[in-house]
Amino acid sequence: MKYLLSTFMLFSLLSFAGFSFAESAVETTALANPAAATVEVATASAAIATPAANKGDTAWMIVATVLVILMVIPGLALFYGGMVRAKNMLSVLMQVFVIFSMMAILWAIYGYSIAFTEGNAFFGGFSKMFLKGITPDSLAATFSKGVYVPEYIYVAFQLTFAAITPALIVGAFAERVKFSAVLLFMFLWFTFSYLPMAHMVWYWAGPDAYTDAKAAEAAGATAGFLFQKGALDFAGGTVVHINAGIAGLVGCLMIGKRIGYKKESLAPHSVTMTMIGTSLLWVGWFGFNVGSNLEANGLAALVFVNTLLASAAATLAWVGAEWMLRGKPSMLGGASGAVAGLVAITPACGWSSPMGAIFLGLVAGAVCYWAVTSLKSALDYDDSLDVFGVHGIGGIIGALGTGIVASPSLGGTGVWDYVANGVAEYSMSGQVMSQAWGVAIVIVWSGAVSFIAYKIVDMLIGLRVSEEVERVGLDVSEHGETAYHD
Amino acid sequence: MKLITAIVKPFKLDDVREALSDIGVSGVTVTEVKGFGRQKGHTELYRGAEYVVDFLPKAKIEVAVAERMVDQAVQAISKAANTGKIGDGKIFVTKLDQVVRIRTGETGEEAL
Repeated sequence: MKYLLSTFMLFSLLSFAGFSFAESAVETTALANPAAATVEVATASAAIATPAANKGDTAWMIVATVLVILMVIPGLALFYGGMVRAKNMLSVLMQVFVIFSMMAILWAIYGYSIAFTEGNAFFGGFSKMFLKGITPDSLAATFSKGVYVPEYIYVAFQLTFAAITPALIVGAFAERVKFSAVLLFMFLWFTFSYLPMAHMVWYWAGPDAYTDAKAAEAAGATAGFLFQKGALDFAGGTVVHINAGIAGLVGCLMIGKRIGYKKESLAPHSVTMTMIGTSLLWVGWFGFNVGSNLEANGLAALVFVNTLLASAAATLAWVGAEWMLRGKPSMLGGASGAVAGLVAITPACGWSSPMGAIFLGLVAGAVCYWAVTSLKSALDYDDSLDVFGVHGIGGIIGALGTGIVASPSLGGTGVWDYVANGVAEYSMSGQVMSQAWGVAIVIVWSGAVSFIAYKIVDMLIGLRVSEEVERVGLDVSEHGETAYHD
Repeated sequence: MKLITAIVKPFKLDDVREALSDIGVSGVTVTEVKGFGRQKGHTELYRGAEYVVDFLPKAKIEVAVAERMVDQAVQAISKAANTGKIGDGKIFVTKLDQVVRIRTGETGEEAL
C-alpha cells in the first residue's frame, strides 16, 4: 500500500510540474545578471548627481549576509556533524568553524581583490588587497542601472560565499584527515580554485557600463571568462557547489576510504543534529540566493519563492524515491533532499519560474538520491557525507537546468539585455551550451587544482591520520576533547 | 537465598517492578543492557548504506530473594514481562551464598 501511495505521490507531482510548464503566461518585468561590480564614486562626473547607496537594498544585504553566516555556522557544521560518528563530532564542527574564520581573513587580505577587481578573464588584480581604498562611501553596483549598495556589505556578503565553499568540501573526507592538512589544503584551494572561479563567473563591469553597443562590447571584454561565455549562475551553482563537489570527489579518491568502510557501522551519530543543521541551511539559503539579487525588489521575491519550492520538491522526490525503492522514508533522506534541491535551484533561482523551480527540485532530489546510493556504490569511493553526490551532482543538474528553465517559453525570465533595456531573444540550446561551458570549466579547473593541492599537502604534512588516531577518533586525538560525556 | 536475573523488554520494566512490589520484594537493581537471542536485530539504512543492528536494548533486573519467595518472584516477573512475542527475554535463577547490608552489617536473609 505504502509503495503505491509513494509512487502515486511522486508521479502526480511530476505531471503537475509538466502541466504548469505548458502555460507559460508569466510576464517578466525585470531581470538581473549574476554578479555586480564595484563602482568608483570618485570617477563619477560632477555633472551627474552623486550616486548613493539605496537604504532599503543596503538593509536587505546586511540581513542576507547574516543569514549566509547562519548557513555555515552552525548550519553546515551541524548538518555534517550529525552524520559522523560521535567520536568525530567536534572535528567536523571545528573544521567548519576554523575554515570560516580563516577564509574571512584571507578574503580581506587578497581574496576580494583577486575575485572582484578587473584583471584578465581568469584572475582579478591586486588593487584592493587589504581592502585598500574602500571607504563607507564606496559603492558596489547591483543589477539595475543607477542602483548601488555600499561596497563594504558587498565585500562581507561575498566573504560568506568564499567561506562556505571550502567548508563544504570537508564532508567528503570527514573522519580521517589531519586538521593541519585540512587548513593547508583549504588555503591552496581557496586561492587557486575558488577565487578564479568566482572571477570567471561573476566579475563584470556592472550595468552602468552598458550604455550602448560599443560601450557594452568594451565592458564585456573586461568581464570574467565564463561571464563572457554567457554562462548563467545566479547564486553559485558552479562557483560554490560544483567547485566544492569536485574538490570533495578528488579528495576522497586520493585519501582513500575510512577504516571499516562497508564492514563496520559508520552510521550517523545524530540525525537530529543533521535535521537542525539542514533547517538552518534552508533558512540561511534565503540569504544566499535572495541576497545574490543585491536588491530588495520583485525579482528578489521570485528568487525567494523559487528557493522555497525547489527544496520542498526535492525533499518529496528524495523521500519518495527512498520509500519506493527501499521501503522506508527516512529523516536523513528528507534532509539530504532539501539540500539537493537548494543546491540545484541556486544557479537558476533568478531566471526560473516557480514551476521551473519545482521541476528542478524534483529532478535533483531523485537524481542525487541515485548518486549517493547507486553511483557511489558502483564506483566504490568513500565520500563520507556525499559532498559530490549532493553538491557536485545537484550543482550540475542546476547549472545545466538553468539553461532550460530560464527560457521565457517555459515561464522563465530570459536574459536581460542592458543595451536594449529589455529581455533578449532566448535560445535554449545556445544557453544550455553556455551552461555546459561553465560546468566543464569548473570540473577541469577544480579537479586539477584539487589534485595538485592534495599532492602538495600530502608531501608537506601528510593528509591522513594514523590508523590508531582514526580508531580512537579525531576529537580526542586531534583536538583533545570529546563532544559528549556520559 | 537465590539471585534472580531477568532480561526483559525495556518497556516492560515498570510492570515488572510493580509486580515485584506487590509480592513484597523490597529492592531490585536495574541495568540497561544489549544482547541478542532468537529475536533478530533490525537493519538501519543511511543514504543507501545498510547497517545491521544485531544487539537489541534490554533491561536487566537483578533481585535477591529468600528461598520461599523464589517461585512467586519468578512467576511475577514472567507474568508481567510477557507479551507472547519473540524477544520477551529470560529469567535466570542462581544460588546466592551470602548477602550483607552494608549500613548495619546484617547478613543472610536479614539483609534482604
